Amino acid sequence: MEEILIELHLCKKIHTSEGDEILDVKIEIPRLGFITLFGKSGVGKTTLLRMIAGLTQPDSGYIKVGTEVWFDHARKINIKPQCRNIGFVFQDYSLFPNMTVKEHLLYASQDKETRYISELLDVFHLKGLCNRKPGRLSGGQQQRLAVARALARKPRILLLDEPLSALDSETRQTLQHEIMLAHRNFQATTLLVSHDLNEVVKLSDFVYVIDGGKVQSQGKPVEIFRNSTIGTDLQLVGIVIKIEDNVLTVSINNTITKIVTTPDKLKDLNINDRILITAKTMDPLIRKLTENEAY
Amino acid sequence: MNEAFLQTFWISIKLASLTTISLFCVGIPIAWFLTYSSFRLKIVLQAFVSMPLVLPPSVLGFYLLLAFSPNFWFGNFFSHYLNIHLAFSFPGILIGSIIFNVPFMVNSIQTGFSNLPVSLKDASYTLGKSSMTTLRRVLLPNIKPALLTGVCLTFAHTIGEFGVILMIGGNIPGKTRVASLAVYDEVQALNFDLANKYALFLCGFSFLILLVIYGVNREFLKWKRF
Repeated sequence: MEEILIELHLCKKIHTSEGDEILDVKIEIPRLGFITLFGKSGVGKTTLLRMIAGLTQPDSGYIKVGTEVWFDHARKINIKPQCRNIGFVFQDYSLFPNMTVKEHLLYASQDKETRYISELLDVFHLKGLCNRKPGRLSGGQQQRLAVARALARKPRILLLDEPLSALDSETRQTLQHEIMLAHRNFQATTLLVSHDLNEVVKLSDFVYVIDGGKVQSQGKPVEIFRNSTIGTDLQLVGIVIKIEDNVLTVSINNTITKIVTTPDKLKDLNINDRILITAKTMDPLIRKLTENEAY
Repeated sequence: MNEAFLQTFWISIKLASLTTISLFCVGIPIAWFLTYSSFRLKIVLQAFVSMPLVLPPSVLGFYLLLAFSPNFWFGNFFSHYLNIHLAFSFPGILIGSIIFNVPFMVNSIQTGFSNLPVSLKDASYTLGKSSMTTLRRVLLPNIKPALLTGVCLTFAHTIGEFGVILMIGGNIPGKTRVASLAVYDEVQALNFDLANKYALFLCGFSFLILLVIYGVNREFLKWKRF
């Protein structure tokens, strides 16, 4: 039986696009787990993360972390965010414009241990950028700095609020890998908010699906998404560019592909339609890409 | 004549410097409170802060004069315990000018705080930093142009103040006569040359201050980009 680190049950009235809604969520997070809160935008995932961090006050409920109580409405306990040992990566990174990369880590670090800071700089490939301010970093570098800064405090819990949503898919893939490594190397129990299915399946070992203010389902990502989108078929979304007899020209992720099919499958399609292409994945051709190949 | 001219300017500059320093210290906590506090009645404080912008200086001067009277607790406190007579004295015009310039300092700093993303403060809190450390290390360094604007506007506006100082200071040479009052005085006495000297000096001074604000802010924007 895994040891539970965080146990919470929180209620909060939130404003959604469909009017006011009560967010009422109960979750448990095992020590050193990588948990994802999955759901559409606006369902209150970020609010939940902010409540754990102490940045937003819940209407009722409790948060227990190990033997400590961080919040308990009934007992009027509400520990300040400063006293909750967490690392928070904001969606917009919230880097300090006046500080260089190194100053960020020194500011965040409690004991100013230079060996640890230097390790963080190494792991997140920031060593050569020590004296740069956030304004001179690329999106990916800013994101790395945001995670490194959150880890500099040596937090027990790492909270990631859609940290990769603003990045292109290539950078996202690299950073997913780095977040995974950081989670393992720095031994932080991690809670990720995401609405990217790939990310959830790749990173987390447990997922809570939140919708309508409640946890709709929970379990291992592969089990949860088995019936919806994970399967033995390859599914791609594309945009129709050209239709000629039995040849369909489609743009998939900015790559133009010609698909040969029977004319009856094309009769309802028009130019610029978004289409879902499903292909069987029994024994397809697979080849490893070299580093120089741009895909 | 030359000595009186310098003395008048010295009083103007002394008044403006002390007003600016006092307001800088008081303005930062007030602006911080007005930006970040969730206290419901803070709009009342906001309205008070902005009052001097819409009130005629004579109204403010009139009430200050009443407050400075030894018959009132405020004036009585100063004269009885600190042996300072506020009406028609330098400490009096200093208090008047601090109150009159509150909006110039507070509103500038408040605009600076409001333009920063709230998540900067949140990020610093999640790193375990107190609100004082956050203010000193994160918030203030990122609103330098707003701080500079507040300082320069307060200083320049004090130099150009007229109504309140006239009401509560009484235009006493060597004590409460400032440059802006001297212009008026010399015109009344038909000393147009001297009035012109004061006026020209005030024009040049104000221009210089505005030049500093715009120049430094432009440099800061460049610095922020790289």
